[in-house]
Amino acid sequence: MIDINHLHYIYQPGTPFESVALNDINLHIEKNTFTGLIGHTGSGKSTLVQHLNALIKPTSGQIVIDGVDITKPNTDLKEVRRKVGLVFQYPEHQLFEDTIYKDIAFGPHNLGCSEEEIKERVLEAADIVGLTSQMLEKSPFDVSGGQKRRAAIAGVLAMKPSVLVLDEPTAGLDPAGRDEILDRICGLNKRFQMTVILVSHSMEDVAKVADKIIVMNQGTVALHEDVDKVFAHADFLRSIGLNVPQITMVMQNLKKNGINVNDTIHTVEAAKDAICRLLAKKVQEK
Amino acid sequence: MITIKDLSFHYDNEDSLMNTNVLNQINLTIQDGEFIAVLGHNGCGKSTLAKLLNAILIPTEGDVFIDDMNTKEEQSLLTIRQTVGMVFQNPDNQIVATVVEDDVAFAPENLGVPSPEIRERVDWALKSVGMYDFRKRTPHTLSGGQKQRVAIAGILAMMPKCIVLDEPTAMLDPVGRQEVMKTIKMLNQKYHMTVVLITHYMDEAAQADRVVVMQKGNVVMDDTPTHVFTKVDTMRSIGLDVPQVTELMYELKKMNLPVKADILNVDDCVSDLLKILTA
Repeated sequence: MIDINHLHYIYQPGTPFESVALNDINLHIEKNTFTGLIGHTGSGKSTLVQHLNALIKPTSGQIVIDGVDITKPNTDLKEVRRKVGLVFQYPEHQLFEDTIYKDIAFGPHNLGCSEEEIKERVLEAADIVGLTSQMLEKSPFDVSGGQKRRAAIAGVLAMKPSVLVLDEPTAGLDPAGRDEILDRICGLNKRFQMTVILVSHSMEDVAKVADKIIVMNQGTVALHEDVDKVFAHADFLRSIGLNVPQITMVMQNLKKNGINVNDTIHTVEAAKDAICRLLAKKVQEK
Repeated sequence: MITIKDLSFHYDNEDSLMNTNVLNQINLTIQDGEFIAVLGHNGCGKSTLAKLLNAILIPTEGDVFIDDMNTKEEQSLLTIRQTVGMVFQNPDNQIVATVVEDDVAFAPENLGVPSPEIRERVDWALKSVGMYDFRKRTPHTLSGGQKQRVAIAGILAMMPKCIVLDEPTAMLDPVGRQEVMKTIKMLNQKYHMTVVLITHYMDEAAQADRVVVMQKGNVVMDDTPTHVFTKVDTMRSIGLDVPQVTELMYELKKMNLPVKADILNVDDCVSDLLKILTA
C-alpha cells in the first residue's frame, strides 16, 4: 500500500540552520493495517507523515502509495490528498468556517462533489465521530475542545481517504476522551478497512490499538515490528528516549528476578491472568 | 501561600440568559512549598482554577488570596503575577522572542534583574530543562516538545514563589516528561517553590504531596496520592485513570490475593508480587 524507498529530508538546506530530519527511510506498510509510529520529540515522525500526502517533498527518495509514485513531477496531488487524509496535532486549529457543517463540507466541495453528495458525506462523517445534527449548525468556535477535535477529524473523513494518518490525536484529552477517540479510530480500521497510521508518544495508547509499531530515532527507523515484539526491546526503547507500559516494566522485572512470565505483556488484564496462572501452578506443585 | 474561599466562577457568555458556574464554591488552601496535582476530566474547571491563581481571571463570587493579597486588588496585580508564574499547555502562546535565550530572558529583563544575573538565570533555566544547547536557535525551528521546555525555562528564570503548570507535558515524549518532572520536583524540593500541576498523567500526579480531584466545577477528593488512586472505582466513575500497577493490584486484591492495595509505582508492585510468587 505504502512504499517508502531511501527517503531523505533536510530542513533549510544550505543555511546555517540546516538539519537532517529524515535519513534514508525505507518502509513498507500493508493495506488495512493499523500502524503506530512512535519516537522521541524531534525524531522525525511529523516530518515523515507530512510526506505521505505530499505536503512536504523529499530531498531525495521515492514514495509510492497504492502503486502511484507521488514523488514524480506531474503527479495529481489532489488525488493523493484525497486518498491520504492527514489529521494534525490539535486539529481544532484548522477549523475556520461559520458552521461545523460548512467546515466538514469544505473538503468534498473542493473535490467537486454535488450538493447531495456533500450532504451525505458530511452526515456520515459526523456520525462516525459522534457529532449530532444540532452540533452541525453551531459555529466551530462555540463548542468544547473535544467537539472541535471531532469536527476537524470529520472534515478529513468526509474526503473518504483510504489512508488515515493521525498525528497525536489524543494530545490534551482526558482518559475518557482518549479511550473514546481511540475506539472510533479502531472502528475506522476494522469497519471501513482504512489503513491507519497513528503517531503517538503514548506507548500505552499505541499498544492498545495498533497491529504493528514503527519506532523512529533521530531521523531513522529503528524498529518496525508487531506490537508484542517491539516491547521485547524495552532496554533499547528506554535508551532512545521512549518507554514501555508500566505493566510491561513489571513483567520484565519479574522475569529478571527469575519468575517465568511473558515479558511482552502490556495490558492489566493479561498481567492479571499471567499472575493467576503462576499462582495456580504453585498450588498444584504443592 | 494560597487561600481560596467560597470561590465561584462563570464565564460571561452574551448568548446565554443564565450563566452556568464553571467553578462552584471552591475552598482550598495551599501551603508554602507544597506540591499539589490537580486531576479531572476535560471541562471540570481545572484550567479555569489555574487562571484564577494569578489573576488572569477574577472570581465571580468569593476570593483568591495569594500571600494575603486579594486577586481583585488592582494595585497588587504586578506582585501577584511575580509571585505566581504560569506555564500553559501550548508553548506557541507563550514564546515571544526570535532567539531561545532572549525568550527566556524576557521575564527577568522586565523585572529589572541586573544583566549578569539575567545571564546566570537564563543558563540555569535552560540547563534545567535540557535546552541549553539550543540557546541560540530560533524557536520556530524547534519541535513541539522542545518549544514547551523553552516556555518552562522562561518561567523558571523569574524564580516565582509558586509555579502553576497547566498540562505542561502534554506534548512531550517520555524522556522529556521525565526531565520536566525532575525539574519540577527539584524546584519544589531544593528551592521550596510551591507547585500546582494540572495533569492527566497519573504517574505525574502520584509524585505530588497532595492530589485534588475535580469534577464538574467541584472538588470531589483532596488527599494524598495513595488515598486517591486506590479508590479505583471512584476514579473510574469520574472518568479518570489510575496507574496500571495500582489497577493490577486492585484486581488481584478483589480476588482475595494477599497483595497491598496502596501501590503506585513499578518497584513497589514488583516487590509485592515477588512476595506472593516466591512464598
